[in-house]
Amino acid sequence: MAEYYDRKDLLNFGEIGSEAPELAKKFFDYYGEVFQEGELTAREKALIALAVAHAVQCPYCIEAYTQACLEKGSNLGEMTEAVHVACAIKGGAALVHGMQMRRLAAKLSM
Amino acid sequence: MQTFAGMLSQNRLSLDREACEALQINVGLLCNQACNHCHLEAGPRRKEIMDQATMAQVVEFARRGDFTGIDITGGAPEMNPSLPLLIESLRPLTPRLMLRANLTALGQAGQQELMGLLARSQVVVVASLPALNPSQTDAQRGSGVFASSLDVLRKLNALGYGQEGSGLELNLVSNPAGAFLPPAQSQAEERFRAQLQRRWDIRFNQLYTFANVPLGRFARWLRQSGNYDAYLEKLIDSFNSCAVECLMCRRQVSVAWDGYLYDCDFNLAAGLPLGGRRTHVNELSAPPKAGEPIALGEHCFTCTAGSGFT
Repeated sequence: MAEYYDRKDLLNFGEIGSEAPELAKKFFDYYGEVFQEGELTAREKALIALAVAHAVQCPYCIEAYTQACLEKGSNLGEMTEAVHVACAIKGGAALVHGMQMRRLAAKLSM
Repeated sequence: MQTFAGMLSQNRLSLDREACEALQINVGLLCNQACNHCHLEAGPRRKEIMDQATMAQVVEFARRGDFTGIDITGGAPEMNPSLPLLIESLRPLTPRLMLRANLTALGQAGQQELMGLLARSQVVVVASLPALNPSQTDAQRGSGVFASSLDVLRKLNALGYGQEGSGLELNLVSNPAGAFLPPAQSQAEERFRAQLQRRWDIRFNQLYTFANVPLGRFARWLRQSGNYDAYLEKLIDSFNSCAVECLMCRRQVSVAWDGYLYDCDFNLAAGLPLGGRRTHVNELSAPPKAGEPIALGEHCFTCTAGSGFT
């Protein structure tokens, strides 16, 4: 995996804009805006991001939002619960597809 | 590695003394805890505590200084047996007398009298509570500290501390339990206030969030855990030029347990004396003058990270 993932990629993420600067600017502006305090606090948004990072299994995001959650005052218990939320939704999503399997199997079976 | 002096120069800033308003007194390195983030490496085995003769010299200095605030710190200042005498002597000399209390030492048997003295003397109590959960608090300050700290906060509340209209001010300090920066003060204060009140019926006035200083025991932990370079880089990357204006070292002088003077408690830990030479409190007829330089080190990046350390 080390060949695919390099920690420096995250630090150099801005370079993604070198080929399509306008799109990158729009993305980073939007990204920055999303994480501002709003109806949700920045701390709550960081916990959501941490959960999503686990759901999409992005090591860059896991590193960034582990640090962000701690710096915004969250503790390990809260962060672990957030990961369980991601796990429950991912697991539930897999399991609920079992209904599709059952429907198809029923149609094909005598 | 970027130096702090270099960073100031790049930003066309200088860090010099202004009129000295505050006196910080470190009454010793003895402490009943050995917190992992302690820049002074205070602990139960430390023997360095301020004796009564030095205290008398510090009190005379305070009389000459006309300080608007005096801040007593340690170690655990409660473990210096002459602390009550120091409080009584300093009380008439300043409008704002503060004690950086180690809550667990204040909660030990025989300290009820000290608590009463603090309340009668309207001493502002500043107490460490890094987090709202035992795991982070105990990881930083020692096993069982979270529960003991809450007990003492309740006792202080019962005396009137942190209660509206009592005139008794109880402020909390939260330092991160690890190699990361603290949360924004206002949001953290809101969360501490809501949770301490709802879950434990504890009240306080203000919460300060401060970054840990890479000196002493904290620096050692950073090195052992492989976090030192990344932490220092984070402090440097978070340099906020606006914070330089409000740094506490501009307006305070810090006196160590042995009577020697420093710009701040961190320079004391780093062994950087006031004005570049060891000066005893007895040698100064008045506080340091405006315009005098402040000793700098890489630990100074802690106080300029984000919203700063004031």
